Amino acid sequence: MNLRGIWAVFRKEFRENLRDRRTLLSALVFGPIMGPVLVAVLTQFLVRHTEEQGEENIVAAVMHAERAPNLLAYLSARGVDIEKVDLDEAGARQAVATQKHKFILDIPEDFGARLREGQPAPVILYSDASRGFERQGVGRVRTLVSQYGLNIAQLRYLARGIDPVSVIPIAVQEIDVSTPSGRSVLLLNMMTYLVILSMLFGGLYLAIDATAGERERGSLEVLLTTPVPREHLIYGKILAAGSYMLVSLLLTVIMFSVAMSFVGLESLGATANLGPRAVSMLIACCAPLILFGASYLSIVSGFAKSYREAQTYLGLVITIPTLPLMFAGMLGLQAKLPLMFVPFLSQHLLMTTVVRAEPIDPVFMSVSVASTLTYGLVLMWLAGRLYKREGLLG
Amino acid sequence: MLEARGLYKSFGEVAAVRNVSFGARDGQITGLLGPNGAGKSTTLRMLYTVLRPDQGDALIDGRSVVEDPLAARHAIGVLSHGAGVYNHLTARENITYFGELHGLGRAEREARAAELVELLEMQPFADRQAKGFSQGQKLKTALARALVHRPRNILLDEPTNGLDVMAVRGLRKLLVQLRDAGHCVLFSSHVMQEVEQLCDEVVVIAGGQVVAAGTLADIRAHGGDRLEDAFVALMDTNGNSKPGGST
Repeated sequence: MNLRGIWAVFRKEFRENLRDRRTLLSALVFGPIMGPVLVAVLTQFLVRHTEEQGEENIVAAVMHAERAPNLLAYLSARGVDIEKVDLDEAGARQAVATQKHKFILDIPEDFGARLREGQPAPVILYSDASRGFERQGVGRVRTLVSQYGLNIAQLRYLARGIDPVSVIPIAVQEIDVSTPSGRSVLLLNMMTYLVILSMLFGGLYLAIDATAGERERGSLEVLLTTPVPREHLIYGKILAAGSYMLVSLLLTVIMFSVAMSFVGLESLGATANLGPRAVSMLIACCAPLILFGASYLSIVSGFAKSYREAQTYLGLVITIPTLPLMFAGMLGLQAKLPLMFVPFLSQHLLMTTVVRAEPIDPVFMSVSVASTLTYGLVLMWLAGRLYKREGLLG
Repeated sequence: MLEARGLYKSFGEVAAVRNVSFGARDGQITGLLGPNGAGKSTTLRMLYTVLRPDQGDALIDGRSVVEDPLAARHAIGVLSHGAGVYNHLTARENITYFGELHGLGRAEREARAAELVELLEMQPFADRQAKGFSQGQKLKTALARALVHRPRNILLDEPTNGLDVMAVRGLRKLLVQLRDAGHCVLFSSHVMQEVEQLCDEVVVIAGGQVVAAGTLADIRAHGGDRLEDAFVALMDTNGNSKPGGST
């Protein structure tokens, strides 16, 4: 078979679109720069927030501090700064509601007496549950107060000759096995999603221009009178769109690596794995999707009568293959062999594995690459069939 | 040498072309004359292999457009309706691209493009991107593109549409040159004067059928001194009022 026509069409589309600002912007600028920058900025924000909370001492406003000196000593020994305040109950409610204090600890008058008598000693904690992040300080103080109470209880058991261990029937031991990178799951989902989307957008305008655009301009008819088999024309166009997708993919992944290196991920407990090795692995995972994506976009815009119509279709259609990714995010799907047969999803799962710095199962990888390439070839063949139809001319 | 043999083409319910047969010889300009919607474009599109006839066949230098469209395409140069060019390519690149699609090597297609730039007097804009081209400049680019592989047969669909007088004159001159060089030129038009000035042979199409064919003199014999009168007479006798398919 003479493939010269495919090569000629490929080169022409590649070159012509290189001169089209819209195509270039979407392939080389929007996806590769905006996605990584967006994620980096969001991460930076998260990191800073976590850092601030980790470092800052909790300040506890306390009413009637003089009534519980030991408790307060216990708290301040564990990093809680005590700020003595003089308020009545209404004043305390007001102060928390207006955010003057994040929370207020109130020691009632009978605290000492009840403690001495072995009765539950009351402590009142005013807080505002509607204030998201700010409540973390409350949680810490509540835990510390309970621990203090537990210490007293154990002393009481000891005083009565009971082994305090016997009244702790169950001891929960938490072991966190997530690798440091695995913790920022949300971030990772977003990143792989943006990589795939950015790759598709890279070839979007070329796919539209080469099919619906060419028909609208009226050059398609003459193109069809050249002695190149019709399916070769569309193969060349698909490959050109694919080459833009590849460039877009390379740039996006590299930009992610660069952007994230500016963000101190370690303090999030996540060392996102984005070194040169991970970058090449990410590209290897995602690249087989190119043929699928380019054929898919070319087929859809091949049905459109005009550039605008194609744009409208593709705006909707481009999100369809990324739906499995959203499900994966919601269901917390893990990489499994059957899922490797699902295009887009398998790439997402594999890329997530790479970024988490976990080993990739070669069987998974081969199944993902082979199945996605097969679907891509089938779609490409379908596009060729589409170009053989007479209705193509509209 | 073009030969249409009993061509039929329908689009759904509409029979656009019904049993069209005619010939167009080398060294002659043949005009396909007819009102809008008569089936001229559909006939041409079957000749230049973009549409497949429902019935019948057409021969390009003896090669069947149905049996071997790829071979037939080597022998034709086409100026389609509207003649779109690639805006982000220069005029020269538009030409060489088609040269490449027709299988010319790099040196050959570049030499040929230079030749056509000269022939069509395209020097002032040959290396500019086609984005801001005038209709005339676009037409020249499209013509050069159609001629790049030195086709024996040249088919043009309503080539003078939207052109100013100077561009039309240029086109006329070129078609005459091509004829004198022995090419077979076939163009469609609904403009009487154009056909009258250029054509050696005329095929009149109405309602998807050939209603008259022959030299200008033959056609005029159907009534009146002028082609227009003959044309109107032909339309009347054939009761042509129903439009066919697309133009």
